[in-house]
Amino acid sequence: MYAYIARRLLATLPVMAVVGIAVFLLLHLTPGDPAVVIAGDYARPEDIEKIRENLGLNEPLHVQFFSWVGALLSGDLGTSIFSNLPVAKLIGQRLEPTLALAIATIIFAILVAVPMGVIAAWRAGTLTDRVIMVFAVLGFSVPVFVIGYAMMWLFSITLGWFPVQGYKPIGEGFWPFLRSITLPTVALGIIYVALIARITRASMLEVLTEDYMRTARAKGLDNNALLIRHALRNASVPIVTIIGIGIALLIGGVVVTESVFNIPGLGRLTIDAVLRRDYPIIQGVILIFSGAYVIVNLVIDLSYTVLDPRIRY
Amino acid sequence: MPRLLTATRRAALAALAAAPMALGLGVGPASAESVLRIVPHADLKNLDPIWTTAYITRNHGYMVYDTLFAQDEKLNIHPQMVGEHSVSDDGLVYTFTLRDGLKWHDGDPVKAEDCVASIKRWGQKDGMGQKLMDFTKELKAVDDKTFTLTLNEPYGLVLDSIGKISSNTPFMMKKEHAETDPNQQVPEVIGSGPFRFVKEEWVPGAKVVYAKNEDYVPRSEPASGAAGGKVVHFDRVEWIYIPDPATAMNALINGEVDLWETPAVDMVQLLEQDENVELAVIDPLGTQGWLRPNHLHPPFDNPKARQALLYAVNQAVYLQAIVGDPKLYKECAAYFICGTPNESDVGVGALQSHDPEMAKQLLAEAGYKGEKIILMQSTDIPVLNAAALVTAQVLRDIGMDVEVQAMDWSTLTSRRAEKKSPADGGWNIFHTYATGADATSPIANIGVSGGGVERAWFGWPTDEKTEMLRDDFAREADPMKKKAIIDELQGRLFDHVVPYVNYGQWFQPVAWRKGLKGVLVSPVPFFWNISKDSG
Repeated sequence: MYAYIARRLLATLPVMAVVGIAVFLLLHLTPGDPAVVIAGDYARPEDIEKIRENLGLNEPLHVQFFSWVGALLSGDLGTSIFSNLPVAKLIGQRLEPTLALAIATIIFAILVAVPMGVIAAWRAGTLTDRVIMVFAVLGFSVPVFVIGYAMMWLFSITLGWFPVQGYKPIGEGFWPFLRSITLPTVALGIIYVALIARITRASMLEVLTEDYMRTARAKGLDNNALLIRHALRNASVPIVTIIGIGIALLIGGVVVTESVFNIPGLGRLTIDAVLRRDYPIIQGVILIFSGAYVIVNLVIDLSYTVLDPRIRY
Repeated sequence: MPRLLTATRRAALAALAAAPMALGLGVGPASAESVLRIVPHADLKNLDPIWTTAYITRNHGYMVYDTLFAQDEKLNIHPQMVGEHSVSDDGLVYTFTLRDGLKWHDGDPVKAEDCVASIKRWGQKDGMGQKLMDFTKELKAVDDKTFTLTLNEPYGLVLDSIGKISSNTPFMMKKEHAETDPNQQVPEVIGSGPFRFVKEEWVPGAKVVYAKNEDYVPRSEPASGAAGGKVVHFDRVEWIYIPDPATAMNALINGEVDLWETPAVDMVQLLEQDENVELAVIDPLGTQGWLRPNHLHPPFDNPKARQALLYAVNQAVYLQAIVGDPKLYKECAAYFICGTPNESDVGVGALQSHDPEMAKQLLAEAGYKGEKIILMQSTDIPVLNAAALVTAQVLRDIGMDVEVQAMDWSTLTSRRAEKKSPADGGWNIFHTYATGADATSPIANIGVSGGGVERAWFGWPTDEKTEMLRDDFAREADPMKKKAIIDELQGRLFDHVVPYVNYGQWFQPVAWRKGLKGVLVSPVPFFWNISKDSG
């Protein structure tokens, strides 16, 4: 097991290297010039050229690449071309809102979706099942910004329960934090609820028709024990997989939610950096994202051994 | 029955609204600090207003730095940091003395040598500054509070340049910072303005915080534009960047922010209906749209093809597409902004004629034979996106073969620097806009420069006569003669050069919560002089 973990961690190095090279090349070969953005709309060409020179953007591509890699190996993600702040600091500022939103969303989604999926499978073909599946289809179909604005109108502007926008760090108090994170969590969580509920239902349906379930029922086990201890546990591998993919997607893929609720997270940091070609930020963030994907996948793989004793590495 | 249902629903909503209080979810204890929260038009990405011309950095500059002279709401220049100034009889030597009580945020006194270094740095970077430096023989500190500027020959725009309101504004910095290469950012933000920058609370992309500078000594005159007393009524000003317009609107309606600098025009009607929100245009100069042809390559290297654009463009169509609400736009053909002393009606006939047939005829005379026109479309800036789509149709209507190339603004700003032919990766047309403050004079308006590939702005118009008239304007001090030069220059621009086609002038309203008082009329948003009703 430990050898497997070590092997998987070592395997992340070439993955990160390929990601690093690909991102660097893509960024530098894409049209767009941060010096032009910095200098502003009315700058003269010679001013732009001087800024480019000062930023080292006139150096040959391989020189820029190796200087970035050299800094990276010494733990330096670089400095933002625009704000002059270290990329690590900028990522640090954005990490908490993103992680808070991702964790809250996944907890909310699991707490709501797994029971829904189990009930839908248990009551398959009944009205309950259909209502849950209609909700799941709606959850997939309605864009997150529509849900977000609707909730904002009802719960913020009409009822005044929650703020419209902004993020309060947990360090400023639990209630302000909870108030700031509730609406974005629910708005974003609905799509994951739909996704996880459908997968849970499908996995449960498969398991519920197995011979051992019939045997358990014949032994007279009550429904709770039957559904949770026997069915859900055996159906959990695909559910955990989809939850893991959800977490990975949440780390970098919540730009719309972050924009609608004005949460200063990593998704918005990335989009802002792409729009103004702030290369060090984009490179740093994407490396972090790829590292997070690898680790999340590793954790999912390891969780299989807990959920299904037949799986061994 | 419907009334009963409505009453029941209201009661239910009231009960629901009270629920968070019962659960202890209400807002925390009120802070004793007074805070003004505003939603700026953009994210503050960098802090040096000389290094970049970005308006958001200029606005940051006004928070933390001060200026020697400043423009009032009627565009007149007044002393700001300067207490007294004089000009020698021959008009060549300007003497400036700083007023008492000026201090940097680190406590050091502001000295004349700081101002000399600041003007020199700005003079290397800004267009008007460079022009001023061309005419300057010597700039030196006489003592701690006095410095002189000596000219080679009389120059009519000395105070207009030093009191320039928009980018690059000549902000005063400490000598050691002002000696930084103008193409590198200053290492620290130490100004002498009415606010201090709270760097540790700056979250780029989200929030900028300024604290009141308790040591600041405002002038005694009432505030007007950038001039007069900068009296601050809040302990802190927070810029909360909200990129999504609907969210910004909701935050204003909900009272989470006090002022929104640039409400989206399609949300103006909604905001007007809210009884807690007030809307006003505080920038009477507005914004001018530019359709910029590339003067280096066919067909727009031919003056007749450029004039064809004047006949083809109908400002009303553009303004409807990009603004919509007639209260917020004006058809204005003048190059130097309607409503200013430099407004002129010389030569405007072609742009006001809306004559596609004449446009076709001029194109034929220019030798246009159906070559492809590359129109760069910036899709991430709504105004420019809409203007490009209108232009594509306008050009097709006069028989041009248009290829619209969609890209983001960042890509467009790189591509527009290409001087190659359109077939080899260059371009024929792009759109942009200039705030009125940057287009009111032939010197400030970079778009009318006829300096060719060496000195003109992207698009590279070339016309010696235009350059000569711009120089004459800069030298002239007599307002009547200046006006005559403007008329002649504008005639030349319309009849021959057509550096760009002005597709209209529009006005951006600002929205704020009722109870906010003292929002100043100016092309730049200022946050001194503003107070909030305690009730």
